[in-house]
Amino acid sequence: MENNSAYAVQMKDITIRFGSYCALNKVRLDVKKGSVHAILGENGAGKTTLMNILYGLYQKDSGEISLYGKTEEIRNPSMAIAKGIGMVHQHFMLVENFTVTQNIILGMETVKGAGILDMRSARQEVEDIVKRYGLQVDPDALISDISVGMQQRVEILKALYRGAEILILDEPTAVLTPQEIDELIGIMKKLISDGKTIIIITHKLKEIKKSADYCTIIRRGEYVDTVAVKDVSQEELASMMVGRKVRLEVEKGPAKRGEVIFEVSDLDAMDERGVKVLKRLSIRVRGGEIFGIAGVDGNGQKELVEVITNLRKAESGTVKIHGREIQNTTTRNTMDSGISTIHEDRQKRGIIPDFTVADNVVLDTFRSGRFSSKGILNKKAIGEAAENLLKEYDVRPNGCKDLLIRGLSGGNQQKVIIGREIANDPDLLIAVQPTRGLDVGAIEYVHKTLIRERDKGKAILLISLELDEVLALADTIGVIYDGAVNAVLDRKEANEENIGLLMAGGTLHE
Amino acid sequence: MNRTMEKLLKKPITATIVSIILGFIVAALILTAAGYNPLEAFGALLRGTMGRPKYVANVLIKGTPIIITGLSIAFAYKMGLFNIGAEGQYIVGSIAATIVGILCDFPPAIQIPLIIIAGMAAGALYGGIAGYLKARFGINEVITTIMLNWIALYLCNFISQIAPFYKTGTTGTYAINESGFTVLFSKWKTSEAAADFIAGHPLIGDMMRTDFNIGIFVAVLLAVGITFFLNYTAKGYELRAVGFNKEGAEFAGISVKKNIIHTMLIAGALAGLAAALNITGINPHNISHLAMFEQNGMNGIAVAFIAGGSPIGCIFSGLLFGGLLYGGQSIQYEVGAPSEIINIMIGTIVFFVALTKILPTLAEYLAKRGETNA
Repeated sequence: MENNSAYAVQMKDITIRFGSYCALNKVRLDVKKGSVHAILGENGAGKTTLMNILYGLYQKDSGEISLYGKTEEIRNPSMAIAKGIGMVHQHFMLVENFTVTQNIILGMETVKGAGILDMRSARQEVEDIVKRYGLQVDPDALISDISVGMQQRVEILKALYRGAEILILDEPTAVLTPQEIDELIGIMKKLISDGKTIIIITHKLKEIKKSADYCTIIRRGEYVDTVAVKDVSQEELASMMVGRKVRLEVEKGPAKRGEVIFEVSDLDAMDERGVKVLKRLSIRVRGGEIFGIAGVDGNGQKELVEVITNLRKAESGTVKIHGREIQNTTTRNTMDSGISTIHEDRQKRGIIPDFTVADNVVLDTFRSGRFSSKGILNKKAIGEAAENLLKEYDVRPNGCKDLLIRGLSGGNQQKVIIGREIANDPDLLIAVQPTRGLDVGAIEYVHKTLIRERDKGKAILLISLELDEVLALADTIGVIYDGAVNAVLDRKEANEENIGLLMAGGTLHE
Repeated sequence: MNRTMEKLLKKPITATIVSIILGFIVAALILTAAGYNPLEAFGALLRGTMGRPKYVANVLIKGTPIIITGLSIAFAYKMGLFNIGAEGQYIVGSIAATIVGILCDFPPAIQIPLIIIAGMAAGALYGGIAGYLKARFGINEVITTIMLNWIALYLCNFISQIAPFYKTGTTGTYAINESGFTVLFSKWKTSEAAADFIAGHPLIGDMMRTDFNIGIFVAVLLAVGITFFLNYTAKGYELRAVGFNKEGAEFAGISVKKNIIHTMLIAGALAGLAAALNITGINPHNISHLAMFEQNGMNGIAVAFIAGGSPIGCIFSGLLFGGLLYGGQSIQYEVGAPSEIINIMIGTIVFFVALTKILPTLAEYLAKRGETNA
């Protein structure tokens, strides 16, 4: 396609390598002015890399970028900003104890002579933008006092304040409740009608259908296709993303609920700063069911897992498995009591990245008689156990047991973790964000495995920030808000609206 | 060609060798600038380390304690701890070894192990203090061990000046009882038969003129033992897991705090062992008033660093270091250049080892350039 001023962004044959690894190979992107353009791809496909090139954070090895039909070189983010490109990163870059206005003008401060800040006119300008796009935020609130959704608006405002005409949003919905997502989509519509162009990076198909006009699909650093969103279904998008047919629905039969195996009662706990983060939290999980905890990040999910796994002290209340209290003991005791946990932070908590795959397979069990005797490791038994697990869970690449696990993809690392935890034959399996950062194929696999374990009669506690995941897997749903589980619903009574409302702190019967 | 170059540059050993060569080049530049012939100086260094069996023996003697303190530091580093305290642990080890060696007088089969255990126990206890403070209160081990080093220095000065240890008319204590000596053939060496033997066997005889002792064999065994311990035992697995990823190990039920204390106990015991071996193995077999640190622990840091944290590597880097320290003196004798040149050279080598992260970058650059050329 020739350079054309109807296109806000055109990237042609973009190639970039990191060492010997080719992250993007001749990828192209054509974004029409005044449209919402989604970039879809699995984790590690290169979507964020492509946008980092556009924003000047990375330098392409070859290829060409043009804006509004004019070829441009973008060597660093300040050049990108000067050319009207703004980017909102997945992880916000805000100063917590500054106000909204202070954050927005940071680095672009309006000064009267002699370097004295002109806060009044800065505040006025911010207020003007806020009104113009309906981005309701209080300009004088501290960042630490406003919600994540609000913080995202501040990031968008920051970009607009810097004169952005092209706005890149990296995984903008990852931290939002369903209601906040709808509001964000509303904001995006307003921006478009004002002539701005928006590029969103995402792997969530539903949101692309809801918000985008066009979608470019990238797979393993290669360009796949660009489609008009209204002409394709979610299944078609998913297949293009993964490169084969995928099922989006999770197949599962009804739960055969057994006895209550695991019970948390009136649990209180504090965070590092001594602020109470769990407030009389109670849940009961039965054998043979998946109990899903839905909620927006930061409402106590992390601390709940830490108390159960004895990484955090319970101030009061009990955690019982088979009627036996385990709170305020040791992590080892949690495991020995029949609880296995798939942690959300795979790299930090789930594996030792610099250990081999085989060594990671025995991370909780190397002391058992099977893998060591009199303090000497039985390397042969460890190797065999690793080989069996790799075969059973189809971990790639083949024969990787002696490679460092850091070299494996996230999905394969997760398979090792899941295989290891299930091999412990736990009575309660806790899965925290078990599919975070995984591609569609691996997600399918993880979901199937969880359901298989449920059908064996195990109790499964699923804690996920992805409401879709909770709705797809859970038999019982508890909604966590502000440190307590405020409502427990059977899956049949739950839907996106009522759970979304509860996630935001609302109540159902008013 | 570029491909092989790229691979070679990415190997850690290449980086070390390049750093060592660069260290020599810088030393040569400084020697030239100061008006000395660098080739002559390096010739003197080579002769001073390998010219006679006696010199070789002395290099081994010089290298032994720093190999072992190097092991102490490399071992703690595997756990993510920086044991600057090897110096202090070494000093308290030598104090304990001297006290026990003077106060007790058992047959060698009891006396020697007793002295060595005393040195190790003192070092372990001293390292354990830093370990406990880190595990219990989160106090940085770098700070505590630096402070403990000074306490050890002054403790040594105190003990060496009080009865019943102080030997009047000297700056130090009495030597330990002879039953604690580990110098090889120490008694036999002074006999008449030995005099004939030494005259008749120039090679071994020459070595016998030194304090050649069991230390170097212990050091090599330790390096092998630690390698085995780290890689083949459950405890070693645990320590490495904590060292690589504290949070991950903790989540797998491994106690991080306990392992921090254990590691510092072991690291301290190693430094104390190095000291005990020197007290039993080398004249004057005592401790004396120290104006400054003897650098046995501090040089161990450089040894561990040059070895890239590998226990086996510590043997070689310790010997290199021992060679430079001992052979450096002959630069002074033969060429007249100040021995500080040697210290500059050692400093430069360590400096370049610290810069070795540049090499993989260079390798990548070569790779990229290779592709654009092709």
